[in-house]
Amino acid sequence: MGIITARDLAYEYIRRDENGNVEDILRAVDGVTLDIEAGDFIAILGHNGSGKSTLAKQMNALLTPSEGTLYVDGKNVAEEANLWDVRQTAGMVFQNPDNQIIAQVVEEDVGFGPENLGVPTQDIWARVEESLKAVGMYEYRSHSPNKLSGGQKQRVSIAGVIAMHPKCIILDEPTAMLDPKGRKEVIRAVRALNDVEKITIILITHYMEEVIYANKVFVMDEGKVVMQGDPTTIFSQVEALRQLRLDVPQVTELAYELKKSGLPLPDGILTMDALVERLVDMKG
Amino acid sequence: MSLILDHVSYIYGADTKLSVTALDDVSLVIPRGQFIGLIGHTGSGKSTLVQHLNGLLRPTRGTVYFHGQDIYDKEYNRKELRSKVGLVFQYPEHQLFETTVFQDVCFGPKNLGLSEKEVELRAYRALKQVGIGDDCFYRSPFELSGGQKRRAAIAGVLAMEPEILILDEPTAGLDPRGRDEILGQIAALQRETGMTILLVSHSMEDVAEYVERIIVMNRGGILLDDTPEAVFEQYQQLEEIGLAAPQVTYVMHRLKQAGLTVNTRVTTVEEAKEEILRALALRQEIM
Repeated sequence: MGIITARDLAYEYIRRDENGNVEDILRAVDGVTLDIEAGDFIAILGHNGSGKSTLAKQMNALLTPSEGTLYVDGKNVAEEANLWDVRQTAGMVFQNPDNQIIAQVVEEDVGFGPENLGVPTQDIWARVEESLKAVGMYEYRSHSPNKLSGGQKQRVSIAGVIAMHPKCIILDEPTAMLDPKGRKEVIRAVRALNDVEKITIILITHYMEEVIYANKVFVMDEGKVVMQGDPTTIFSQVEALRQLRLDVPQVTELAYELKKSGLPLPDGILTMDALVERLVDMKG
Repeated sequence: MSLILDHVSYIYGADTKLSVTALDDVSLVIPRGQFIGLIGHTGSGKSTLVQHLNGLLRPTRGTVYFHGQDIYDKEYNRKELRSKVGLVFQYPEHQLFETTVFQDVCFGPKNLGLSEKEVELRAYRALKQVGIGDDCFYRSPFELSGGQKRRAAIAGVLAMEPEILILDEPTAGLDPRGRDEILGQIAALQRETGMTILLVSHSMEDVAEYVERIIVMNRGGILLDDTPEAVFEQYQQLEEIGLAAPQVTYVMHRLKQAGLTVNTRVTTVEEAKEEILRALALRQEIM
């Protein structure tokens, strides 16, 4: 069994009027079946309102499934007794770093999670140190979070999650508010956690360039998983993605346009290296 | 007619120990009708600059002129200025509050003291300009999708019929199509009405695609101010200050290093495609 297993998972937002009568039902997640293995780097794509965040919130037991089953590391998220175990296994990082940082000093913020788990003080400091080192923020441990850049704040948020020793981290658009350098820093930290610490990563993003590092991509539409595969397979389907209000990385788009103009290029070129190499070969 | 910043400096917490210089002697001319991109890393002074353009902040030194008048003059009507220089903040949809989309867009022009007919006409035009259909007019703004909410909020500012529209990260958090839709509509608006647009963005690809001039800020000053081609040519300098060039610009530089004769002053996919095809065709003719 993988670290996350969903079977026919559904979630409905139900709106009621003043008298409690059902006014409207929105099926945000609609019959999702998927398996995520420990150590995977997963990316989830989908337009606004496609159900990505709702799915993520169920993995963290912030929302309880309306139908179907969802197991996180062998624990059923629908059972209240599993709530804290699930949240500790699957940590979550949100879009706005300012909403996730609570302490006046970086290291205290990172220590907040393990402290709440009842970890002994000595171990808390050890965890704070290793977590800050893992995201490259150790030298800022005694700084005030207010003075950090967006990318640095977001890495502190990630350190706060790592300090709880999760097996899996779910990041819901962690780079949406960051400048190019901040985006690079966060993605580099996330990749290192996956490579070195073997933490399972689930990355929700609207930046297609960030998806190329994933080993598997799920594309959602109307609450369903409509495409899945490795980045090359997914980004080979330029027109299908555009139909879903998505896009491909700029390098992939350029390769696609060149191919349409008659150059012998394969589908789904993801990196600058690959494209440059092919084009240089062509010049003979 | 234009907006001019004349040696503007702004210090947060001036006269305290914690004073921070956010703007350092910035001079800038924004002529009517330009589509300008403003880029810079978090904390480079973009937002502080923008808040001077409609008089929300008062400079510590220097001043701002709009149509030749000093906007910090005692007699100057800054309320009117704010209807002429429209500012759309980040996540403007958080400011939606009325019961229907149409009423929400009416709120601004209503406060200008216009007749009801004029208010409604402006709201209608603004909603059409951002591509919101009649079917959404009488729905609650909170029922709209993320991209629609964002556009409804922008319509609220457009209904004031500003001469200059400033948008702070209008596409943050939107899916790729949502980004294209909003920027496409803003570009169309700019072409049709000649409105001056200042786009603050962290997406180099978006800026390259739409604007004619880029202002790069760093440490409270203006580092570069030129066409997208010329600005992104300085990609190494941009990287030093936490920015980057569009991916295609890097592709062209890499191709040139690998010995292909290409022009590296390329910032969009379309330009890159033309340039690569041209370079490869040329090569074949010689052989």
